[in-house]
Amino acid sequence: MANAERGAANHGRPSLAVWKFASCDGCQLTLLDCEDELLALADQVQISHFLEASSQVLPGPYDLSLVEGSITTPADACRIKEVRAQSKVLVTIGACATAGGIQALRNFGDTDEFRSAVYASPQYIETLATSTAIGDHVSVDFELRGCPIDKGQLIELITAFLIGRKPNVPDTSVCTQCKRRGLTCVMVADGTPCLGPVTHAGCGALCPAVGRGCYGCFGPMTGANLPALTRQLRECGMTDLAVDLVFSTFNVGAPEFAGRGGGQ
Amino acid sequence: MTDRSRELVVSALARIEGESALRIVVSDGQVTDVQLRIYEPPRFFEAFLRGRQHTEVADITSRICGICPVAYQASAWQAIEAVCGIEPTEPISALRRLLYCGEWISSHALHIYMLHAPDFLGYPDVVAMARDHRAIVERGLRLKKAGNAVLETIGGRAIHPVNTRVGGFYRAPLPAELTSIAEKLRQALDDALATTAWVAGFDFPDYELDCDLLAVTKPDEYAIESGTVTSARGLTFPAQNFSAHVVEHQVPHSTALHATFDGRLFLTGPLARYTISSASLSPVARQAARAAGHGDTCRNPHRSIVVRAVEIVYAITEALRIIDSYERPDPAFIPVPPAAGEGHGVSEAPRGLLYHRYRLDQDGHIESAAIVPPTSQNQAAIEADLRRTAAARLQLPDAELTAACERTIRNYDPCISCSAHFLKLLIDRR
Repeated sequence: MANAERGAANHGRPSLAVWKFASCDGCQLTLLDCEDELLALADQVQISHFLEASSQVLPGPYDLSLVEGSITTPADACRIKEVRAQSKVLVTIGACATAGGIQALRNFGDTDEFRSAVYASPQYIETLATSTAIGDHVSVDFELRGCPIDKGQLIELITAFLIGRKPNVPDTSVCTQCKRRGLTCVMVADGTPCLGPVTHAGCGALCPAVGRGCYGCFGPMTGANLPALTRQLRECGMTDLAVDLVFSTFNVGAPEFAGRGGGQ
Repeated sequence: MTDRSRELVVSALARIEGESALRIVVSDGQVTDVQLRIYEPPRFFEAFLRGRQHTEVADITSRICGICPVAYQASAWQAIEAVCGIEPTEPISALRRLLYCGEWISSHALHIYMLHAPDFLGYPDVVAMARDHRAIVERGLRLKKAGNAVLETIGGRAIHPVNTRVGGFYRAPLPAELTSIAEKLRQALDDALATTAWVAGFDFPDYELDCDLLAVTKPDEYAIESGTVTSARGLTFPAQNFSAHVVEHQVPHSTALHATFDGRLFLTGPLARYTISSASLSPVARQAARAAGHGDTCRNPHRSIVVRAVEIVYAITEALRIIDSYERPDPAFIPVPPAAGEGHGVSEAPRGLLYHRYRLDQDGHIESAAIVPPTSQNQAAIEADLRRTAAARLQLPDAELTAACERTIRNYDPCISCSAHFLKLLIDRR
């Protein structure tokens, strides 16, 4: 179908664009995982740019851009500025876009050495020494946390955007969701180290529900008290190295977590 | 076309997972260069895995690919458990296989309905396809959802499961929890059979690959989560000999590494699995394949969509079989104390063989890591197919030639995120 024809079929629906930077594709896959909502959503928005799902690319500007992935190459540092310029509302989705992702571990290592460790001819590989959040490069209108993001929160975000209200995405801790589910605290009851008290809510306390301590994949909550939790983790028997490692994962680039772990 | 030389470029390929481009150079009526350019930025997993604890590895490697995280977990568990001398119990192995069946169902349904079928029916995407074929698309979405239900029930989350660990699971599901997914799977089996019949009706060009094929195999079983490596020419070797046979080379145009098998071109994935192991499919899946017109082997990459549908049928019947004989693992995991040494893991990601190797020190810290994803193994074979596709269609105008090349690429369900250590289309007609 010709672009003009599709554009005419838009009927004034807001346009949605999905962009990928350095990432695993899991957060944009979350949109395709909305099996019950996807077709209804496609009635409400014009999916104008979503390379993983469509070979039809409509020109901007776009009403809502969802951005997955982190900035790790000079070309991407330029591309994100073009995306911003074409987007009325820009929302980052997932830990790579909001904090640099697991690949931000390079920020604490020697990227040249990393490149040599993986590639025989590292001179062909163009990369920046850091993996940084989208918000470090352009202004971001809203961040959806998680590694990966939560499907329910994504639907809530798009719904809120469509009717022009603020998304109901609380920035409290995983503990609040854990308590509401009526789960037994794994740290208090079993002495299992858990990052729930400092981790941004959103997953619905998935890990404690299977008897596992939260491993922080939604990143730091607002006002997280890291020193207090660190003491508690030490009491649970974790070594300093183990505490450093547990904060040095998918949100290692978030300042609160980097200050504790930092991959050192 | 009268121009004797031209260059075709597709700067961003659509409906594949990850970022890539294609560049084809035609000079004096000959295809002189084909480059599947993988520009997905490198993320250096093998480098930053060093120094991590052996118990953390699977959660980290999972993040290589959001489409097939279970594959990245499974090959990692296997390699690390091998170093530490741990053999998972039968009930733990069965539950892992069930989880992996969920990923096959979900990933194959995604590829068939959302990425691949629009090529055969002439739509840009599944949303446009749904305007004319709503019931069919809804069937695909139901299938995908059934796969995700398995992943969520066993793994705690469909993308990057949280309930898995080296040694087993954090919590083994109750039989009643599996009963509820069995109901969804029984409905999904009808949808999978209908899917196979539907895709079997598409138009497929006659074309057969002549390269070797490589798949994980097990006696009397269609291998998924573990096994030994077998080639279509009959060579079999254990995971620890993988790197003696499959060698990765770096090519300048790509952040993915190219691989050869004993110095030759080869392919992994559904065609390889089916051709090597179709005798081990369940009776229902074999019957579905026969009804779709398939014999014991399939080397036509266009027909990979049918093989994927057959594999969904298989994964559903296999999941139902496992649930039917479910014995709740108790304990849910075996402790895996650290040990020094090197370990290897192979499993069948939906898009092909995935190999991991780790060396651990005595405290269980990773000293070195090597990951060979299916798409970098397949990239050379995909480029060879592209060369042939383009050479046979040089009379076509650029747009049509480009579309033919993009379809060729999608036949292989490449996963670019996995391979970057991994694509853009440039067609250069000079």
